[in-house]
Amino acid sequence: MTERDRPNPDALLAALQRDEARQQRGRLKVFLGMCAGVGKTYAMLEAARREFAAGRDVVIGYLETHGRKETDALAEGLPTIPRRQIEYRGIQLSEFDLDAALARKPKLILVDEFAHSNAPESRHPKRYQDVLELLNAGMDVFTTLNIQHLESRAEAVAQITGVTIHETVPDTALTDAEFELVDLPPDDLRARLAAGKVYLPERAATAQDRFFRAGNLSALRELALRFTAEHVGQDVLAERRAHGTGTPWKSGQRLLVAVSASPTSASLVRWTRRLAGELHAAWLAVYVESTRTLSDEDQARLAKHLALARELGAEIITTTDDDVVRGILRMAREQNATQIVVGKPAAGRVTELFRGGSVLNRLIRESGQIDVHVVRAEGEKFSSRPIRQENFWKIDFRTYTSVAGVVAGVTGLNAVLDQFVGFYALALTYLLAVVVLALFVGRGPVFFAATLSALLWNFFFLPPRYTFYITNFQDGMMFAMYFIVALVLGQLTARIRAQQTAERQREQRATALYLLTRELAESPDLAQLLAVVIQQVGKTFSADVALSLPDESQAAPVTNYFASTWALSDKEQTVAAWAFQQRQAAGRGTDNLPASEGLHLPLVAGARATGVLSLRFHDAPPLSPAQRDLLDAFIRQIALVFDRERLRDTETQAKFLAESERMGTMLLNSVSHELRTPLAAISSVASGLRAAGELNSAQKTLTVELDEATRRLNRLVQNLLDLSRLEAGHLRMNADWHDLRDLVRAAVQNLGGILNRHEIKIDFPPDFPPVKLDAVLTEQILVNLLGNAAIHTSAGTNIEFFARAEADQLVLRVADNGPGLPAGDAARLFDRFQRGPAAVAGGTGIGLSLVKGFTEAQNGSVSAENRAGGGAVFTVKLPLTKLPPVPEEKE
Amino acid sequence: MNAEKPWVLIVDDEPQIRRLLTVTLEANNYHVLSAAGGREGLVLAAQHRPALVILDIGLPDFSGQEVLRRLREWSHTPVIILSVQDDEKGKVTALDAGADDYVTKPFNTDELLARLRVALRRSTKTEEAAVVTAKNLVVDLATRCVTVGGKEVKLSKIEYDLLRLLARHAGKVLTHRQILQEVWGVGHENDTHYLRVYIAHLREKLESNPESPELIFTELGVGYRFMATDT
Repeated sequence: MTERDRPNPDALLAALQRDEARQQRGRLKVFLGMCAGVGKTYAMLEAARREFAAGRDVVIGYLETHGRKETDALAEGLPTIPRRQIEYRGIQLSEFDLDAALARKPKLILVDEFAHSNAPESRHPKRYQDVLELLNAGMDVFTTLNIQHLESRAEAVAQITGVTIHETVPDTALTDAEFELVDLPPDDLRARLAAGKVYLPERAATAQDRFFRAGNLSALRELALRFTAEHVGQDVLAERRAHGTGTPWKSGQRLLVAVSASPTSASLVRWTRRLAGELHAAWLAVYVESTRTLSDEDQARLAKHLALARELGAEIITTTDDDVVRGILRMAREQNATQIVVGKPAAGRVTELFRGGSVLNRLIRESGQIDVHVVRAEGEKFSSRPIRQENFWKIDFRTYTSVAGVVAGVTGLNAVLDQFVGFYALALTYLLAVVVLALFVGRGPVFFAATLSALLWNFFFLPPRYTFYITNFQDGMMFAMYFIVALVLGQLTARIRAQQTAERQREQRATALYLLTRELAESPDLAQLLAVVIQQVGKTFSADVALSLPDESQAAPVTNYFASTWALSDKEQTVAAWAFQQRQAAGRGTDNLPASEGLHLPLVAGARATGVLSLRFHDAPPLSPAQRDLLDAFIRQIALVFDRERLRDTETQAKFLAESERMGTMLLNSVSHELRTPLAAISSVASGLRAAGELNSAQKTLTVELDEATRRLNRLVQNLLDLSRLEAGHLRMNADWHDLRDLVRAAVQNLGGILNRHEIKIDFPPDFPPVKLDAVLTEQILVNLLGNAAIHTSAGTNIEFFARAEADQLVLRVADNGPGLPAGDAARLFDRFQRGPAAVAGGTGIGLSLVKGFTEAQNGSVSAENRAGGGAVFTVKLPLTKLPPVPEEKE
Repeated sequence: MNAEKPWVLIVDDEPQIRRLLTVTLEANNYHVLSAAGGREGLVLAAQHRPALVILDIGLPDFSGQEVLRRLREWSHTPVIILSVQDDEKGKVTALDAGADDYVTKPFNTDELLARLRVALRRSTKTEEAAVVTAKNLVVDLATRCVTVGGKEVKLSKIEYDLLRLLARHAGKVLTHRQILQEVWGVGHENDTHYLRVYIAHLREKLESNPESPELIFTELGVGYRFMATDT
């Protein structure tokens, strides 16, 4: 009834695409438990046995039974993929063998312990990534998972049990998964525990009592139950949204969480994701990049937070603003956010006052319509030191020494000037020095310079000299004002300079992207385009660049483009190939094969990858978020251009083909016309003579001969034209329903006098159905086979034609009583210009090659063999289309 | 009919074919007009109102199809198409556009003359015969009675409709499309398999030797032709 009740077309499309992707992708079924020991593996095996009994192709990929007999017994009889043995630092590890599983490609594969971390140097750091690859390859997967290993629940579990969880799985890995909750009442579990039925690693034995307390178990159980219920709820919601029943986005809410390098951000992100889940709202994570440069450690942490947000399903937005509050609010308004989530500040009040009011207060004051959530910061296990301070006070001794040197130099100058001017004027010299310094150094050193110069001025020049005492009020005021002016001026200058730097960087990024776009647009051909890509990416990111393109010979998925500045090693080549096939970034800084030397990014446009761009950075530190954004923008741009280029190529090719086909057809038609017109004239003369009457018998015979020769020549012309059509690939199939008997009659009629010397036996079963084939091609097949038989056998022998409609093919046979096939390769018979030794004059050696060509054009096959009683038999098999129903009628 | 020699217009770009046809036709009591191109052909057709037109569909200035289309805008003169062997599509298009018959190059003069006679007779016939006789088959269109050698043959409704359509146009080629539309109705133009099945039924019931039919001929890839009567 209202706009909101109608299914949104986008939502419908999304649901459709999801369904489609789901159909191609395998299905993931997760046996979820509240903790170890509830019997997940057992339940999984039971389900697998049922599938196996139903005849499905079930294979155990990886199973951890912990030596439990009942579980082992259940696994018996199911085919198993052997584990991969890895030796790592002298320890023998056995892991799930992903490649073997992909090669075996069962319908359903069991992979226990979804949250497991793989041995180092495996393809993926985590097992869930292996599973995702299996799903992408179209296999269904059964797996097991404990609620505490779920990223969004890990923290809650840690709070309940006091045990920190390290192996977690992002919630996005479970999108579209089906859950089966394996539930066990806490008391039963404790009983099993007491009976020693639950395997626990030795080191965990001490934690056992703490972890398996009844209170904990109930809480965990509730978590697991609630998660399952929520998931079911989401499915229902998705269903409703697709079918337009019920309300879509319940709230129309859009959450925005401010992410920073602060360790508290991770918990903020999780909190927001939970709220978004409950509200069924979309959410975004915003990082406001300021002019401050982040330490490598911060950089890495920030990247982790953003990755976490992405994994949990947020939309990631990076913006630049020196004022964090302004940046957040700008993004909130641009993105129509209705609620903002920020952390409760841990910093002291002093800096806040200094910065013109608390960040929080300003945010609340200026947010207007938008709600602001202030969430208690958690997860400060690593460091509680505010990063801002750390950076602000980070001491670069060289800079400070030079600053001190400059101030000392100015003091020396002032000592000289002191003789000519008053001590107030000297303050201005100091001030000038501070401002000039601010143009070159950061805010810390400027602060230092202002303080130092104020003290030196006081000490050396302010009476009483060589003391820090100030005796009269005027001097005191002067000193205080100098100090404040120097500080403010210095800070302002430094800030302006920092802003300029940031502005310059932004501009550089924009320019780089612009340059790339322009160069790509101006490249006249693909080779130039590729050169531009390699050069621009290499220059912008100071990296060696390799471009891998799909291999047309199909020997490998991709090959290294020759103009690359980085020759990929075999190992890197494999990584690039993987990135291409999976359409995912791989290599350094990613979750896929992170041990690689370079970063491999697939160029994805639409549903397929057009290539892989590999970068080996010259500098060690990872890319900043801004650089990573720029790289992503580059990749998108390049992928688009590649795709456009590919489309253009295809189009040109299609046009070219169509044109050449048109020309070919025109030429053939013209040749056909030219050759047939004189034939028509001859034939017309011959028949005209006969029709004029009054011919003696010799003259009559001559006209018959003339007629026969014309027919033969006409057939030859026909064959030659057909051959050129076949050669040029210009055969136009025109399959329709025909009575095969009509075709045989037409062929016999076409051959005319040649067949007069033989007896033709035609064998059709009664009620032979109409068949679907190309009449022209099939008639030519019959003409050539029958003609061939007539030419190669002596007069008076039989030629037999036989047709049968079998289950799914039409079998035609032409048999003769002649000398049979020449010794040698029977298949060579069908080669062009092969003539049988016994052939009487009259064959050109192209008839059988046409038979083969025309049969194959109709997806059939032809063979030749000798008959038992002498003679040859040619068999043509054509696919048989089932006759569609013909409406019955009453008599 | 014999009192006056009918005029035949030949439209063909090959002078040799024009010459040959002229000689042959004049020897067989026809007046002949000839044109080398479509434009000239149309002008001659308008001026002289020939009794029949022989038209090559591969003309240099504009295609025979176009000439046929323009001619049919104002004239019902029978048209016989000259075409090459592998141009089934061209033949069908021309027949659907109103051509009466076709002859494939290289053609036999006897055959061409026979077609000519049938077409002329059909165009001058004013009223339809109530009974069609061919060999030993008699189709009484008024009583819907079909006999072969004096013995009545039972036909289903569709079989009869099909036979009647073919018999009424005896000697003329009917394309698949024309037959399907007439017998099965609009929308069945591409159900060629109906036609194959029913023609086989008819041959089984009417032909003395269904393996070499003498009443209903197949024009491969084009359509069917009922044997010309009264010849």
